[in-house]
Amino acid sequence: MNTATTTQGSHDSRGHDSSEHDSGEHHDQNAHDHKPKGIMRWILTTNHKDIGTLYLCFSFLMFLIGGAMAMIIRAELYQPGLQIVEPNFFNQMTTVHGLIMVFGAVMPAFTGLANWMIPMMIGAPDMALPRMNNWSFWILPMAFAILLSSLFMEGGGPNFGWTFYAPLSTTYSPPSTALFVFAIHIMGISSILGAINVVVTIINMRAPGMTYMKMPLFVWTWLITAFLLIAVMPVLAATVTMVLTDKFFGTSFFAAAGGGDPVLFQHIFWFFGHPEVYIMILPSFGIVSAIIPTFSRKKLFGYSSMVYATASIAILSFTVWAHHMFTTGMPVAAELFFMYCTMLISVPTGVKVFNWVATMWRGSLTFETPMLFAIAFIILFTIGGFSGLMLAITPADFQYHDTYFVVAHFHYVLVTGAIFSIMAAAYYWLPKWTGNMYDERLGKIHFWASLISVNVLFFPMHFLGLAGMPRRVPDYALQFADFNQLVSIGGFAFGLSQLIFLVVVVKCARGGEKAPAKPWEGAEGLEWDMPSPAPYHSHTTPPVIK
Amino acid sequence: MSKQTTSYYVPSQSHWPIVGAIGLFLIAVGAGTMVQQMSTEQSSGGWILSLGVIIIIGMMIGWFNDVIREADQGLYSAQMDRSFRQGMSWFIFSEVMFFFAFFGALFYVRTISVPWLGGSSNNEMTGQVLWPEFEAIWPLITTPSGDTTQAMGWKGLPLINTVILLTSSITLHFAHKGLEDNKRKQLTILLAITALLGLSFLFFQAEEYVEAYREMGLTLSAGVYGNTFFLLTGFHGLHVTIGTIMLFIMLGRVIKGHFTPQRHFAFQATSWYWHFVDVVWLGLFFFVYIL
Repeated sequence: MNTATTTQGSHDSRGHDSSEHDSGEHHDQNAHDHKPKGIMRWILTTNHKDIGTLYLCFSFLMFLIGGAMAMIIRAELYQPGLQIVEPNFFNQMTTVHGLIMVFGAVMPAFTGLANWMIPMMIGAPDMALPRMNNWSFWILPMAFAILLSSLFMEGGGPNFGWTFYAPLSTTYSPPSTALFVFAIHIMGISSILGAINVVVTIINMRAPGMTYMKMPLFVWTWLITAFLLIAVMPVLAATVTMVLTDKFFGTSFFAAAGGGDPVLFQHIFWFFGHPEVYIMILPSFGIVSAIIPTFSRKKLFGYSSMVYATASIAILSFTVWAHHMFTTGMPVAAELFFMYCTMLISVPTGVKVFNWVATMWRGSLTFETPMLFAIAFIILFTIGGFSGLMLAITPADFQYHDTYFVVAHFHYVLVTGAIFSIMAAAYYWLPKWTGNMYDERLGKIHFWASLISVNVLFFPMHFLGLAGMPRRVPDYALQFADFNQLVSIGGFAFGLSQLIFLVVVVKCARGGEKAPAKPWEGAEGLEWDMPSPAPYHSHTTPPVIK
Repeated sequence: MSKQTTSYYVPSQSHWPIVGAIGLFLIAVGAGTMVQQMSTEQSSGGWILSLGVIIIIGMMIGWFNDVIREADQGLYSAQMDRSFRQGMSWFIFSEVMFFFAFFGALFYVRTISVPWLGGSSNNEMTGQVLWPEFEAIWPLITTPSGDTTQAMGWKGLPLINTVILLTSSITLHFAHKGLEDNKRKQLTILLAITALLGLSFLFFQAEEYVEAYREMGLTLSAGVYGNTFFLLTGFHGLHVTIGTIMLFIMLGRVIKGHFTPQRHFAFQATSWYWHFVDVVWLGLFFFVYIL
């Protein structure tokens, strides 16, 4: 995928100032050729890179806030008994930790990466709808300001778990639930607008010659992710609306006395929720599929099978939601249907894992930080996938349901899965974003500290769950004390390790060894044909794809 | 694969998005506060909500004005036009999914939760222990806890409204044809008729609600039949309201001489939206009223 354009023959030497003068047709853009200065640049920007940076910074801030809440949870669980926080506050912490990590950290990080990379990868000048792009971002801080401030209100913030099951979120919830509902509404608007932008950009903005089957896998996975987002975020909006009317307007969607059913809540929520968890992992697949070939110095093994596997996972994700609800008393036929569909998902996922391993097979491997995170992703995500397979088996799930085994499972796929891939992506593309190489030694320290601590943190949770420790409790039986202490120590260590990442990023943004246009020997893709740091405006005239 | 034109217009910095974000923030805070204040004398939430709505309306006027001005200056390429159209299509798809969730709730309640409460499937004891008197029939005019209401029939106002919306879809289609064939008179008259049909739909819908509340005891809190009835028809009505406003704005722009046979994205988008609202109504008429 090399590029050569008539107007931009010497990519490497051109700064962002000269880019506009390359072609005469762009006089209408000269007015905003230069980067605006000061804070208003960030508030009013329509530039995909600025907005990507905003998303990424916001996501990291939320990661730290959500992480601080996890620290409170682990401090309380360090020993049995109640010592640090009230049970109701503990519930608020588990709830808001989940909401922040899902909607505030992981999803915006992926959207940030999409904003930065997709236009560069497909040879587009910017996102398709740049103003709407800015709107999508700035709704997010507003939504989370509301959500976080509700913690300080009378009656406290949301305390019903991030899944806000009825009747916890209706009959028994605090008054601030109304604010929770509307915060979710505007956050959903942000996600939908962002996803529409990504889909339209990918479908409509590819450079000539960039056929669908030439697109980098990160673009492919995001196309499918965005489709999932547009399909299920409105369902979440409908769910919270019904919670609102049940709590405040006397409806009984989720109350049997009026003919409704609390289980209906779970059906609608998980119809959103299960595609949602793939929304948080599909872009990871794209990232890993970019990094593994680069540091293996080989083409990705089985590109087209990767595309089809991603699409299959997305389609199947609409048919598995009730595997979260095996213990709700569904008819056996339904339990079997959802069990088999869930197990079916491991087939395309297995294809992916196989392809990554096959890509590394006999490659010339080197182990820079992005590669380390990517390899750790493959191994640890697979562990999370296997525990997911265990949970998919209906009769076995009756034992695991709502225990720490579930907590272990989804943290393996979300922390060592999604978050590790985001870290990998950040290290991989930092030279492109900043123009400087990051500190490789610090990066490696960050990796090893994270890898060891994250396993101390989450692996023992499997055993706690199998032994019967329920999730979402501030206190527990004495027999769980030792493992909980170990988990908490791992948790504190993992939390602290992430500060190293902050240091690496700040150092890299401020200076360091200058990065060439293509800092990774084996890297492929249009983004590496641009100088580092990437010019303010991406491909102002489309590159020609060979 | 996209057909690339010479350049894709990337707008300069704009203050409308941040205005919009602040507007949405005020709407969320205001609505959330207002709901909490329903049983009290306080009214701060309502004021914040109104302020948010005003800001959002202002944002839309300003933003769309910018877009219209840029289009008039010839800054937009055919590719840009496709971006707008695809964006609108995906937005309508998201709206479809929003209604899908409420229809899903309706189907679940009708085919699963109400029969189960009556003791079907493996729930015989549920029926006998919780509400032995309860009879599982749809429409659910007597809830398990004993509240009673009446079901809304499909004849009368709902049927009239169905005819109105179907007619409006046809008139809008031929208004669009008029625009494409540059028959401005046909366009203006048919568009005006469409907008008025939208208004009359809303009028009859309001009448139906008044009748439901005053005479039938069919309220939002009248058990899950009333819940699904009002949320489905209510959100549909909200969409008709938005669609009607869009139609009137289009009418104003047509009268001002906007749009050409080749370039009329806003009109096209409004038309798509209106047809979508019409299709949702057909689903509603069938599943909520008739069946």
